[in-house]
Amino acid sequence: MDLSYSQEELAFRDEVRGWLNANLPQDLRDKVANYEELTREDLLRWHRILAKQGWVAPAWPKEWGGTGWNVVQRYLFEEELGYVGSPPLIPFGLSMCGPVLLRFGTEAQKKRFLPRIYNGDDFWCQGYSEPGSGSDLASLKTKAVREGNEYVVNGQKIWTTLGHYADWIFCLVRTDSNMSKKQEGISFLLIDMKTPGITVRPLMLMDGGNEVNETFFENVRVPAENLVYEENKGWTVAKYLLGHERMNTGRIGGSKRELAKLKEFAARQPGDDGRPLLADPRFRDKLTRVEVELMALEITNLRFLDQMRRSGQPPGADVSMLKIKGTEIQQALTELAMQAVGPLAQPFAPVAANTPFDEFTAGLAPRYCNYRKTTIYAGSNEIQRNIISKMTLGL
Amino acid sequence: MHFDYSEEQQLLADSVRRFLGKGYDFEARKKIVASAEGWSPETWATLAEMGVTGLPLPADAGGFGGGAVDLMGVMEAFGDALVVEPYLATILAARLIARAGSDAQREALLPSVVDGKLRLAFAHTERGARYNLAQVQTAAKPAGGGWELQGEKAVVLGAPIAEKLVVSARTAKGVSLFVVDRGAVAINAYRTLDQMRAGDVTLKSVKVGGDALLGPDGGALPLIEESMDFGAALVCAEAVGAMKFACDTTLEYLKTRKQFGVPIGTFQALQHRVVDMYIAQEQARSMACLATSRADSAASDRERRMAISAAKIKIADSCRLISQESVQLHGGMGMTEELKVSHTFRRLTMIAQQFGDADHHLARFAALDGEGP
Repeated sequence: MDLSYSQEELAFRDEVRGWLNANLPQDLRDKVANYEELTREDLLRWHRILAKQGWVAPAWPKEWGGTGWNVVQRYLFEEELGYVGSPPLIPFGLSMCGPVLLRFGTEAQKKRFLPRIYNGDDFWCQGYSEPGSGSDLASLKTKAVREGNEYVVNGQKIWTTLGHYADWIFCLVRTDSNMSKKQEGISFLLIDMKTPGITVRPLMLMDGGNEVNETFFENVRVPAENLVYEENKGWTVAKYLLGHERMNTGRIGGSKRELAKLKEFAARQPGDDGRPLLADPRFRDKLTRVEVELMALEITNLRFLDQMRRSGQPPGADVSMLKIKGTEIQQALTELAMQAVGPLAQPFAPVAANTPFDEFTAGLAPRYCNYRKTTIYAGSNEIQRNIISKMTLGL
Repeated sequence: MHFDYSEEQQLLADSVRRFLGKGYDFEARKKIVASAEGWSPETWATLAEMGVTGLPLPADAGGFGGGAVDLMGVMEAFGDALVVEPYLATILAARLIARAGSDAQREALLPSVVDGKLRLAFAHTERGARYNLAQVQTAAKPAGGGWELQGEKAVVLGAPIAEKLVVSARTAKGVSLFVVDRGAVAINAYRTLDQMRAGDVTLKSVKVGGDALLGPDGGALPLIEESMDFGAALVCAEAVGAMKFACDTTLEYLKTRKQFGVPIGTFQALQHRVVDMYIAQEQARSMACLATSRADSAASDRERRMAISAAKIKIADSCRLISQESVQLHGGMGMTEELKVSHTFRRLTMIAQQFGDADHHLARFAALDGEGP
């Protein structure tokens, strides 16, 4: 047993770290550090910098721009992205629609969409959840009726993250309501957000930010060529996506960064007794517990990587534990940060206002509120536990 | 022993609840919060008419001489409705005036508070002080026949709405209190996480008369501590009302929200979660009873401090569990501004910290416990 990275892996990490530090624009770095809302242009700017370097879609096949890195290198890269504090790479195109097209798309679809995803020409969003279909996704009702060479789409999606920035949306729609199983009769459709009949309505979250939306479809006409894979086989596509690389769901790099920031702050901030907060055993113990949780998560993640490297297979249902523990750690860190500043966490500037933040403090309460989403989105932690319970434990 | 409100206490709590139920529902509150002033003078006037502003003030000032227990039902109703009017801020400052003020100060200020014409705020916390009440850097120097105040106060609840502030400042003799016109200070006003109005207060060579000194020169710390404990008891009671709303609305959601063809409340994994919320709420209510009972009628300072700290620890834990779980069990909808539960989340998050977070009170309780009875 050897828990250490190889010399080559460490050299790779250093190279990535060095490049990211040299190429992440200062203004974007500051915005992320201050927990400010990122604009469409901010997100795309960073996307394009990475695209130019050839690093924006490491997992894609080389012919479409992938780097040819192995799983460990891809993992290291993603963790370094989080650790440096870069704007997030929005996953909807790069790690959702892209992989789906690579696996199920026609040559024409690949040629049409993949380069534009890679270069950041199109901003994608995801049309999965509906008001009545959250955890029970397969009960979705948005309807697509084939008329000649078009589908006519009617219905509503919810939690469309960054839908207000998006050029395209990939949707799960019901193309046949008479199937015996609700998972059947669903299709995977690509829809241009500029198509008449689409309305995006912001859903303001409790941190005052607009990142999610409701998206309404009223007689939206979609060319049939935008169907991915076969009609009524959309659930196969959706399942592939859920099983697709979920190795970075722990967000370990980002949490390491937040932990370091919090420690640094707590070393400067006086506690009630005037000594640094970091020296207060009550606070320190809580911080240490999170740190140990994070270590355990990292080593667990590395075990998955090792398994995946050797078997060539994704690790399956157990990846859900990365999401559960990773999000719990992210939330614990936002909570501790808020506690660290004490009464100064009370002033509230909505994220959208982009008010200049007072060093560490002013963004903390909204961030604490915002991060409650992490245990709800991308398959709630309850659903993740159901997955392990059913798939791994056989209950 | 009994845990019932008296008939009077119950009547007042019921009438406040009825008034808020009619005139202060979630939609009405939204409008108040969004208004430029961020509070409702009409609501304030009605609360004054109902006797709420005068309730904890002494009879000789036109008040009703009530204590924390008398306020418990009212605070619960405030927590349920998420009232943003500066009641806590006004009452804390008014009680300091009532307890420490000269006859002239009491007569000049308290009847107007009772009538709802005067709002106050207590400017004490400073940057870097955290929850340490003795940490006061703001200075007061004798000047002419009066005083000159210099310093900064952080996150003063209700400051932008108040006409007068009670300000703590350090004289040669120690921490003292002064009554200062709001117009004499600079306020950087903002909203707090729970949508109340607060501000950072800067006192730049603020000159006040000799009659601005409230209570003994240098002897304010015990008063301040008692006052903060009283405030802690009130927010404990308020938290109980907010928790009850969060628990009730979450339970209702579990019964009505269907996934996989059944109400999600049929899933045992969620049933146990909501049971834990319910237990936390009941435990919090017990501790709020303790806090209000001991806040102003404990046998000793030590008994009061231990009761308040114990209550605050338990309430902070319950605030955390109930606020987090109520959002989680609502799923994405719990994250949105559109649902009241996300606003209750924000208030409960604040209450967990106000007047000392759990760690602060753990330390205080443990230190007192170590002293022995």
